[in-house]
Amino acid sequence: MLAKNMQVVYKMPDALTDVVTHYCPGCTHGVIHRLIGEVIDELGIREKTIGVAPVGCSVFAYNYFDTDFAEAAHGRAPAMATGLKRVHPDRVVFTYHGDGDLAAIGTAEIIHAAARGENITVFFVNNAVYGMTGGQMAPTTLPGMTTTSSPRGRDVELQGFPLHMAEMLAQMPGASYIVRRSVHDPGHINQTRKAIKAALKVQLNQAGFSLVEILSNCPTNWGMSAMESMNFLKEQMVPFYPLGDYRIADAVKSLIVK
Amino acid sequence: MQHEIIISGFGGQGALFAGQLLAYAGLAEGRHVTWIPSYGPEMRGGTANCTVIISDEEIGSPLVRRPTAAIVLNPPSFDRYEPLMQKGGVLLSNASLIAATSKRSDIRALPIKANEIAAELGAAQMANVVLVGSLVAITDVVRLETLDAVLEEHVSARHRDKLELNKQALRRGAAIAQ
Amino acid sequence: MTRELWKGNEAIAESALRAGLEAYFGYPITPQTELLEYLARKMPEMKRVFIQAESEVAAINMVYGAAAGGARVMSSSSSPGVSLMQEGLSYIAASEVPVVLVDIMRGGPGLGNIAPTQADYFQLTKGGGHGDYHPIVLAPATVQEAADLTYEAFDLAEKYRCIVIVAADGNIGQMMEPAELPAPRQIDKRDRGWELTGAVGRERRIITSLYMQPEDLEQVNVRLQGKQKQIEQNEVRYQEYLLDDAEYAVIAFGTAARVALTAVKWARAKGIRVGLFRPISLFPFPYARVAELSKKVRALLVVEMNAGQMLEDVRLAARDALPISFFGKMGGTVPFPDDVLPEIEKMVG
Repeated sequence: MLAKNMQVVYKMPDALTDVVTHYCPGCTHGVIHRLIGEVIDELGIREKTIGVAPVGCSVFAYNYFDTDFAEAAHGRAPAMATGLKRVHPDRVVFTYHGDGDLAAIGTAEIIHAAARGENITVFFVNNAVYGMTGGQMAPTTLPGMTTTSSPRGRDVELQGFPLHMAEMLAQMPGASYIVRRSVHDPGHINQTRKAIKAALKVQLNQAGFSLVEILSNCPTNWGMSAMESMNFLKEQMVPFYPLGDYRIADAVKSLIVK
Repeated sequence: MQHEIIISGFGGQGALFAGQLLAYAGLAEGRHVTWIPSYGPEMRGGTANCTVIISDEEIGSPLVRRPTAAIVLNPPSFDRYEPLMQKGGVLLSNASLIAATSKRSDIRALPIKANEIAAELGAAQMANVVLVGSLVAITDVVRLETLDAVLEEHVSARHRDKLELNKQALRRGAAIAQ
Repeated sequence: MTRELWKGNEAIAESALRAGLEAYFGYPITPQTELLEYLARKMPEMKRVFIQAESEVAAINMVYGAAAGGARVMSSSSSPGVSLMQEGLSYIAASEVPVVLVDIMRGGPGLGNIAPTQADYFQLTKGGGHGDYHPIVLAPATVQEAADLTYEAFDLAEKYRCIVIVAADGNIGQMMEPAELPAPRQIDKRDRGWELTGAVGRERRIITSLYMQPEDLEQVNVRLQGKQKQIEQNEVRYQEYLLDDAEYAVIAFGTAARVALTAVKWARAKGIRVGLFRPISLFPFPYARVAELSKKVRALLVVEMNAGQMLEDVRLAARDALPISFFGKMGGTVPFPDDVLPEIEKMVG
């Protein structure tokens, strides 16, 4: 019960369920969920939104969003979302997945969803590691970075180079909105929120494929405290994966508030 | 009565189309029919054959090893099917391309210079239709008039101008076989 | 409606449209490609969803999405492509969304060839993907039956919220035969309480196959198995030919059954009292009927275009009640009736 003259300045978004998540302490998935929830509320689209999350740490996302939700096979969220969106073109369909999912096993699906200009919104959480399975090398693991499957550090001669997905997808004529953001401090969290809103507005305007790559942390599997992981995100991840707008199609420029 | 017909040639010689003509005609005459092609990765130029069955009864196997009739359009097809013909069967070979003749006395083998006949009509690619005409004349598998009607219905718009030529090709083939 | 000459693949496609197919997702592969091409021509002008996917993997997951959205949806492929779809099929089975799949079987293993076989029997009837499930598998022997079973497949898929596979070999896909296609119908679009349509004025819905607690997943499996028992009780289909007075029986499905039927008739003409039993539902397999048959006749001959896959189910049904012989052709070679007749004569002894 609020006392007289007091206002609600902060609450759980309606688009999120009131449950404890399974995410580790210090993990930024919770922040990103909240941002998406806030934007869904702000746009008033909770009832018309259908989420899709595949395998990875986001596999339980259906427990946390108070929207219709589908759990997809590993890597296949863009395909499943395509099926859903094509039979419900008036609904808002978003996918939410990590780097192992989107940039390794699901590479073909994400590229072709972008190539088709599929009118869906993709939230791509890049924390450079397979979290759910316990910290193996991901397609986006930084050169030299130690993981349980690159115990001597990622050797690019041996294990190949990391994928820059935003840059790659920005080459696709079918993609309308491709940006990279980070959530390592409040300023950048605000930037991420704006990008999430812009991406969903692109879809609401039937303007084609939108994707926000969000650089994120994994304190558990990076073997760091939450603060250390934020510093790593800022000092190692951001320089390697530069933040920015990689493709803003002319048709969607007017939808974006700077 | 069940006619078990194989039509075989190089891709592009119209073996499959000739078989479809017969199948459509069989259907138009209220018979049971099947048409089944050999299908290969070759879009053009490979070998193509089809098996057509036209029967008064329900058809079991759509495939036959030993046909009652065959139209062979090229030498490899002759070599393959001549020995397989059923006793009393009818083997029509395109003598324009096939030098060999059958030594079998238990089949009716008829070499017909189908390319030349078609060329005389000004439509060299109609050797297949000529031989369908010959087959009909010999076997009564379907009526010539039914084939006319089928041609009316199934010759594509692109080849509409060839409709009359097709009908003539049927009749030339029938005449030479009689 | 009149009988028209239809190519199997195109009859299946047209029949699916008439059954109310709303969305199709596929990938080209011989010998089913005419099916995809037919729908590529027809669906856009009918304002229905057609996508040529980047792979069979993507296609079946698009199917999964559209089915989760409550649409009448289908894919089609041929053996190697169906192998690729097994992951998605397992998810679909677990999530209990209705899906129709057509498999125009070709030669394997591996890339094999494009010739007709029945070598996907195990893959289709025994589950195919991981976990405990069986799709309903229907095996047509004619173009007419392929069209009819496809039409009905959508109803079965929706009735049981399961996968229904129309399993035909390349012959049936490529063959032309007269067929009278079922009449077009309007689908009754109403909310069935599970599809994802946006949580407008209702609780949110979730389509998932993930149950972390073993007890929860056990319950899901118990439910799936219960549904399967119902399917086994209700959906067994077969056809019998010349079996009333038969002393011997041939068992075969699809094209092999047609070939066998001709051989059976030839054997009858020679005075052999033999008949043909043709399973139409490969899952549920007609175990009970084959068991009865095995008590009635002296011997069975199983004919397949594979190395003896349905043979295992025949043996399960017949136990050791009688001698069972097998004749199979592999690799896309198709048996002729004159191959089967000597096998019948051998069975008779």
